[in-house]
Amino acid sequence: MKGARQVVESLIKENVEIMFGYPGGVLIPIFHELHDSPINFILTRHEQGAIHAADGYARATGKPGICIATSGPGATNLITGLANAHMDSIPLVVITGQVSTDMIGNDAFQEADVTGITRPVTKHNYLVQDIHDLARVIKEAFYIATTGRPGPVLIDIPVNISNADCEYDYDKPVDIRGYKPVYEGHPMQIKKAAQMIKKSKRPVIYSGGGVILGDASKELTEFARKTGIPVTTTLLGLGAFPETDELSLEMLGMHGTYYANHTVNESDLLIAVGARFDDRVTGKISDFIPNAKVIHIDIDPASVSKNVVVDIPIVGDCKHILQELINIVEKPDIAPWIQEVKQMKATHPLYYDTESKKLKPQYVVERIYEITKGDAIITTEVGQNQMWAAQFYKFSKPRTFISSGGLGTMGFGLPAAIGAQLGVPDKRVINIAGDGSIQMNIQELIVAVQHRLPIVIAILNNGFLGMVRQWQQLFYDKRYSQTCIKCAPDFVKLAEAYGALGIRVDKKDDVDEAIEKALSITDRPVIIDFTVEKEENVYPFVPSGKTVKETILRELA
Amino acid sequence: MEQYVLSVKVENRSGVLARVVGLFSARGYNIDSLSVSKTEDSEVSVITIVVHGNDRVIEQVKKQLNKLIDVIKVYDHTSIPAAQREIAIVKIQLTPVKRVEVFQIAQTFGAEIIDISQKSLSIQVVGHPTKIENFIDIIRNYGIKELIRSGRVSFARDRA
Repeated sequence: MKGARQVVESLIKENVEIMFGYPGGVLIPIFHELHDSPINFILTRHEQGAIHAADGYARATGKPGICIATSGPGATNLITGLANAHMDSIPLVVITGQVSTDMIGNDAFQEADVTGITRPVTKHNYLVQDIHDLARVIKEAFYIATTGRPGPVLIDIPVNISNADCEYDYDKPVDIRGYKPVYEGHPMQIKKAAQMIKKSKRPVIYSGGGVILGDASKELTEFARKTGIPVTTTLLGLGAFPETDELSLEMLGMHGTYYANHTVNESDLLIAVGARFDDRVTGKISDFIPNAKVIHIDIDPASVSKNVVVDIPIVGDCKHILQELINIVEKPDIAPWIQEVKQMKATHPLYYDTESKKLKPQYVVERIYEITKGDAIITTEVGQNQMWAAQFYKFSKPRTFISSGGLGTMGFGLPAAIGAQLGVPDKRVINIAGDGSIQMNIQELIVAVQHRLPIVIAILNNGFLGMVRQWQQLFYDKRYSQTCIKCAPDFVKLAEAYGALGIRVDKKDDVDEAIEKALSITDRPVIIDFTVEKEENVYPFVPSGKTVKETILRELA
Repeated sequence: MEQYVLSVKVENRSGVLARVVGLFSARGYNIDSLSVSKTEDSEVSVITIVVHGNDRVIEQVKKQLNKLIDVIKVYDHTSIPAAQREIAIVKIQLTPVKRVEVFQIAQTFGAEIIDISQKSLSIQVVGHPTKIENFIDIIRNYGIKELIRSGRVSFARDRA
């Protein structure tokens, strides 16, 4: 079977229903085979859009995202998307075309050393140099991407390999001696953890993206309910535990709630599940959790004791381990602690000036939450829009918040929304965006129009690159160097030019009507351009490298 | 900063060395010595890395090495009984008059003369890196014209 045919055949065997990409010279043999395949191919308008869409699809569905791009510029345009998926542990299988093996290294037309460039931003990558390796490599790529700590795997396929012929065998089981992920946690460690939990007086659960990736939301909820321990989640962990639950402390970290950060800070036991102690979570690491012991459940041994010293590491799959813990754990005696936590929640809720007549971005997010009854999939761009979405939309289900966490990629939200909507057609998908970020991959709007995807793009338009402006205001004497977007397109007209619907909202009173109107549209995307308060800041704010004691709670008068 | 010796068994494939050393260079670590060779199994290579660092970072690098798909196993030879060997070849500028003196030094170190001419003498010395350092220190007095050293190999000893 021809190499190109083997690629498509293998994708079908892996149950790939949808893939994203862009053709190019060295990919013609593969596209030739894709032409009449049952795979729904989504042609994006830029390779970066393709890989973010595949990423959004993977986050929304739990299946691996598939993306294909040509050699040279096609492949280099994928780098941000690979790094993005790598940082957030998203399973992707990415195929790139490569120049013919006899030309590699000769500065051939559209040649780039793609396995070299992508090595640090992929879980693994392959350059296929022999047609006889092709089927095995594709099978391994799917296996590696989706097992253990997931991540993107890239396969670089030279054009002569696509055109070569050999017998095709996809049934040989994968056997990689250097890669044997551990799933079952050590029973002794689990027992010790249960004992430590029982003895704790001020425990808190710190849950991360791993709980969502590991499909362990149900177990986490059961574990929290059985023990009565409060739960805070990271940005990527939003939705793993219902934020409407009284045990929920919502998000922690730089822009986390006061009560999440203070509960963690004052705890005597931190139970970390599928989280990696990112600097945006810990702040100044030497002052983080001064009195707490740490139980760390994670599938990646390299994440354990990387940033903080862990007392009880449990390496394995969090779904498995939480279930084992639920079976043996006893409820600790923590009534006074819970009382204290409740008090903190009551005295320091998330705040913005709700009395203001002006259109506040937080208000827009709150109204989106109310009107969608918390049942939408929310994607975000990066910056203030992302933080307000995380704070003011209450997430209750896993895979409903899709955001670029580790890498912080502006321009992620729109293509990710396209991927999510294609993967989950019966849910409403809303991209909460900023006027800066949305312009980074705006070309993908036409893909949503083409496929009649009713994505709502809510632009919180403040005329600034707001997050950086906020830092400049607070730490750099209000010198707004290059953060004021002095010249912006008319987003309503832009929507119309693309064949989408555009709505502008300047007044608080018009917010509901616009959101309802947008949600009534089911055959094309809608941009709502909310002209919001220009210099609104995201609070609470634990400045970079500072401790929770230095949290800025609201605007200083 | 302390010196660490890691012995890493890897799949004998192209690109694997780049992955392994990439983990060091990405952290700004300069590798002191590196050697790669085949083993008793033609599909397995062993990479010996000597690097300066601190415990925390090396511990993290070891975990990251273990995560690489092509890495079969990582052995830390820093503080276990292991035979560590290097080869050095030194060329010195030498008139025949002084040859005997140098021959005697070479003999003391078990070194081998591998080239000899009217004006120069090339000596190969094999052994533990400390022995090689000592040899070079002594021979330096005769004027080193060229010096080349191999990467270190490290071989774990069986316990008695």
